[in-house]
Amino acid sequence: MCHQSVSLTARHLEENGIPTVVLGSALDIVEHCSVPRFAFVDFPLGNPCGKPYDLAMQREIVAAAVGLFDSATGFGNTLRLPYRWSTDESWRDGYMTIGADEIAELHRRGEERRAHRQALRDAGRVRVE
Amino acid sequence: MNQPVAYMERTRRYYEAQGFEKPYRWAHHESAPFARLPKPLAECTLAVVTTAATYDREESDPRYVDSGSTIEPPPRLFADDLSWDKKATHLNDRGSYLPLEPLREMVEQSQLGALAQRFHCLPTEYSQRRTREADAPEVLKRCREDGADIALLVPL
Repeated sequence: MCHQSVSLTARHLEENGIPTVVLGSALDIVEHCSVPRFAFVDFPLGNPCGKPYDLAMQREIVAAAVGLFDSATGFGNTLRLPYRWSTDESWRDGYMTIGADEIAELHRRGEERRAHRQALRDAGRVRVE
Repeated sequence: MNQPVAYMERTRRYYEAQGFEKPYRWAHHESAPFARLPKPLAECTLAVVTTAATYDREESDPRYVDSGSTIEPPPRLFADDLSWDKKATHLNDRGSYLPLEPLREMVEQSQLGALAQRFHCLPTEYSQRRTREADAPEVLKRCREDGADIALLVPL
């Protein structure tokens, strides 16, 4: 959801004359929303600027992303950066995957969530624009 | 070669499993607006936008646009309420999601004009209307107040 909020905001800034680059890790969400310039880092969600404590990698990624301001000539520019999170690719299967033993628990959590949200609404604890 | 993770599909299945009946409709456009650089990059002031927050918050807390100093940035930001990959990684290094140090170096090396004095924290919202009508205009306003010419947006 972070990637969608950011993509919509990038579009708004562009419409008002401020060029943007999105630097992120959810390719499908950003491309579905469509932004003018997107630097894609194929890492687990959370570290789009590079691995924690790897300043050399963070420098390279940020420089490549900022470079898009100069190199992009029209919308739909996705720059796929070549970094790998690890030789072990198992992280790709971990995010929001559902094991057969988790279905009942997820359903229970959903019920809890709906009840909690309703209670917040009833108590007036909702966002005021 | 591994394919990028299909996050929209994963999210759909995850919420379906929680008993939410109506699938979420993700924002979709066939094209995007495109603003040209107003001047050379070496003369531009850049604003940074993150989805992390300057203060700790619960998932159910209402969220608003917030800003922090890039001159004396906080040692860490907060994002436990957001759906980043908590199994695979961590946010203990601020530079892995808020790239102020590399940007400052680019300014020192005259590759970039300046870093705006504030970074901005954008709320993550299911409501696309809230983002479009409240949060994005607020970020625009703050970018203009700081004299930013361009913006780098970094979602978690």
